Amino acid sequence: MSVSLKAKIAEVFEEPGCDKNQGKSEKERKKGCTKQLSPGAAAGGCAFDGAKIALQPIADVAHLVHGPIACEGNSWDNRHSGSSGPQLYRSGFTTDINELDVVYGGEKRLFKSIREIIEKYNPPAVFVYQTCVTALVGDDIEAVCQRATEKFGKPIIPVNAPGFAGPKNLGNKLGAEALLDYVIGTVEPEFTTPYDINIIGEYNLVGELWQVKPLLDALGIRILSCISGDGRYNEVASAHRAKVNMMVCSKSMINIATKMEQRWGIPYFEGSFYGIGDMSDTLRQIAKLLVKQGAPDDLLDRTERLIEVEEARAWLRIAEYKQRLQGKRVLLITGGVKSWSVVAALQEGGMEIVGTSIKKSTKEDKEKIKEIMGDDAHMIDDMTPREMYNMLRDARADIMLSGGRSQFVALKARMPWLDINQERYHPYGGYEGMVELVREIDRAIYNPVWQQVRIPAPWGDDGETLGAVLPSAQPMDYLTEVAAKSIGLTPEEVPS
Amino acid sequence: MASVVESKKACAVNPLKMSQPLGASFAFLGLDACMPVMHGSQGCTSFGLVLLVRHFKEAIPLQTTAMNEVTSILGGYDNIEAALLNIRKRAAPRVIAICSTGLTETKGDDVDGYIVTVRKRKPELDDTEIIYVSTPDYVGGFEDGYSHAVTAIVKTLVKPLPVNARQVTLLPGSHLAPADIDELREIIEAFGLSCIVLPDISGSLDGHIAPDWRGTTLGGTTLEQIRAAGASALTLGVGEQTREAAEALQNIAGTPLEIFDRLTGLEVNDRLLQRLAQVSGQPVPAKYRRQRSQLLDAMLDGHFYTGGIKVAIAAEPDLLLAVGSLLHEMGAELHCCVSTTKSASHARLPATTVILGDLEDFERSAADCDLLITHSHGRQAAERLNKPLLRIGFPVFDRIGNAHRCQVGYRGTMALIFEIANLMIAQIGHHHATDWPLTPEALRAASAVAQAKPDQIQASARYQETVAAASA
Repeated sequence: MSVSLKAKIAEVFEEPGCDKNQGKSEKERKKGCTKQLSPGAAAGGCAFDGAKIALQPIADVAHLVHGPIACEGNSWDNRHSGSSGPQLYRSGFTTDINELDVVYGGEKRLFKSIREIIEKYNPPAVFVYQTCVTALVGDDIEAVCQRATEKFGKPIIPVNAPGFAGPKNLGNKLGAEALLDYVIGTVEPEFTTPYDINIIGEYNLVGELWQVKPLLDALGIRILSCISGDGRYNEVASAHRAKVNMMVCSKSMINIATKMEQRWGIPYFEGSFYGIGDMSDTLRQIAKLLVKQGAPDDLLDRTERLIEVEEARAWLRIAEYKQRLQGKRVLLITGGVKSWSVVAALQEGGMEIVGTSIKKSTKEDKEKIKEIMGDDAHMIDDMTPREMYNMLRDARADIMLSGGRSQFVALKARMPWLDINQERYHPYGGYEGMVELVREIDRAIYNPVWQQVRIPAPWGDDGETLGAVLPSAQPMDYLTEVAAKSIGLTPEEVPS
Repeated sequence: MASVVESKKACAVNPLKMSQPLGASFAFLGLDACMPVMHGSQGCTSFGLVLLVRHFKEAIPLQTTAMNEVTSILGGYDNIEAALLNIRKRAAPRVIAICSTGLTETKGDDVDGYIVTVRKRKPELDDTEIIYVSTPDYVGGFEDGYSHAVTAIVKTLVKPLPVNARQVTLLPGSHLAPADIDELREIIEAFGLSCIVLPDISGSLDGHIAPDWRGTTLGGTTLEQIRAAGASALTLGVGEQTREAAEALQNIAGTPLEIFDRLTGLEVNDRLLQRLAQVSGQPVPAKYRRQRSQLLDAMLDGHFYTGGIKVAIAAEPDLLLAVGSLLHEMGAELHCCVSTTKSASHARLPATTVILGDLEDFERSAADCDLLITHSHGRQAAERLNKPLLRIGFPVFDRIGNAHRCQVGYRGTMALIFEIANLMIAQIGHHHATDWPLTPEALRAASAVAQAKPDQIQASARYQETVAAASA
């Protein structure tokens, strides 16, 4: 690992905005906050993956991956981050290095690749991602990018987060560092207003940002730059002129918020678009900070009035489901911010959280969970798929919400499942999104398919039919509570 | 027939290719009670895993040795050992199959040597078979990784046995879906032969609900079956990519081999059935004689929609050959063929050139084609070009039921023809009055009509009056 990368990682771990980090001894702090991975029992992406997730939503730039085919060939176009304009970010660019590049170094190929991209696609900037192999053979992407910037007169941004540097979470921060080092503050906005904010750590998955933006628009608040959902290079580059920074998604890009505060005195707060209460708090915080920064104070009033209208409308629409979902038990297997932001939302829908995973959560996330769920919060540190499966099969949960990779744990246990990670198709942001989430949970739990798929075959393992009992006369025996309810039976009516 | 042209670009845009370790892991997923492991950083596994899940909509057991920068430089022995022990403890697979990645190959980890050492140090692994294959990311592609992995399975586990004249080994290529394997097994068994499929994703990735949760693969070729392959009377390979493993079987157990470069199409399936009839001494079952005539009819019905169309195909070599050849036989013109790596299959493709390139090359040459054929990553190109896209191969992440699409045998060929023809039928538009404008030259030539004689014009006007009166 290059000296600069090592220093960068140490710097990222020295995060002043993280209370936990400040409470640690010098030695503990050096270790960083991510647990050492255990070979043969690890899951999740690498640092490169994290950096790419953080930056790829910048829609008008070319994202060039310098490495062998695996890094881009196996992963491109796999997230539903929305763009309201340019589509270039969805194209996969990679140097696809070969054996000779490994032996002789791939810097020349990288330089040529940058030239080809500029000639063919002419983006406002090119982001170049370092990977394991090219880092190991010593390709100096910073030098190549600097040379290319001079040669082509366009910003060519090195993103130094090779996979072996650590997990996805670290990669988010290293991606953010690239923005701080090379992008933010390099362009002046055409104009500014007292209502300019940045949203940091929002990736506009399935267009979630657009569920929130109309609220801000209505209040006259301008998103100067969203880092990085539906982002544009010049917007991100001029982000330093915002009055307020909002940080979404827990700590994934906290370094942007803290460093922008240091460099340009932009105050930041941590907010969430998930959950009705959280959405309202977020709007209040934005208004409060903007007014503190000099915006006219009628903004506060207007914000309260908007919240009132929107909350009432959302509650009205959720009330319809609340009765049906009251007491439903949810198993939440996700990471980071969603381990608590979604909790609040589900509680609003009357549901009970029987467990939330904290494997990928920071210490602050865990505090937050305790705050929301109380001391009896069932935090699951490392649940094996088999344990999840058993929990669902024994009907200790009615639905599992998780990422796509663990969906089959639920489906194979013939239990409802809903995708709340990046591969999903439904947006759950803001007031609109919460109604959508509750609607989706309702739709999942009450789908009659659960009743169907739990009907056992009317024959045994030997293929002999099981006596004269017709399958339709028998399903109650093995119906779980959920399925029974879905066909309109109360628990008392379910035969044991 | 086709000559191979390598793309001269430094930068691959919209990659068609996927990496060797992913292909190798895919092969290992066809072994029963197996845990495939990528020896690399956790991202290598994560990306592959996500892609496999998106294609098959199934839980994919796939692990990582979770290399970091220190272990990458000092060597991954400790990680290999820890991974083997952890997997043995947590999932208790019968086989742990390791493939290397670009990271560990660049450093030069001697994994074969590591395994010998682990075996000596850790007797608790004695009940677990360990397979290793070298698959650097920066060489070859998915199909190559698969091919090497199957060969590694053979070399590690197959021993010579007395020949069983009624048993054949089937080596499916990586382009075959579970439904394809089921179809071929059914055909082989219809001749009274027993069949060992290696690897057999029809047992593990066919999308079934198992009675209990297992951390490993849920089916596939068992260790006993792999070992028994040493007794087969014949090895049948589907796709040039299976030749390496088939030859390994020949070297180890002396099994004669026959490679079918494809089993999509009429004549190739005739040959397969003929061969099976010879091996088994049985006549071709009536079922297949009937299916053959159904395929003939499908080809006749389908050719109206495939004849003369220009097609752009981007796929791994063996799949390209299978689908490309069928389309050629159905009268389509292979206007643009893009593939990932070198293969003997390319020489047999009925096209002028095969570009070893990416989906940018594909998109640029496909502009004047009627039909695009590639994996799901072609969707952006299809959208931009506003052309129909037939999704084939891996990954197809925006359609479900991929495990159950059959494209081999008479039936599978027929299904593929219907799919293609229906896609083309959907493109047939309605014609409009202005669809066939005359050239300016023709209009000028015809303007003489306007100088018709006065009495002719009069007659015409009178006619129109009559018509108007009649309709009123």
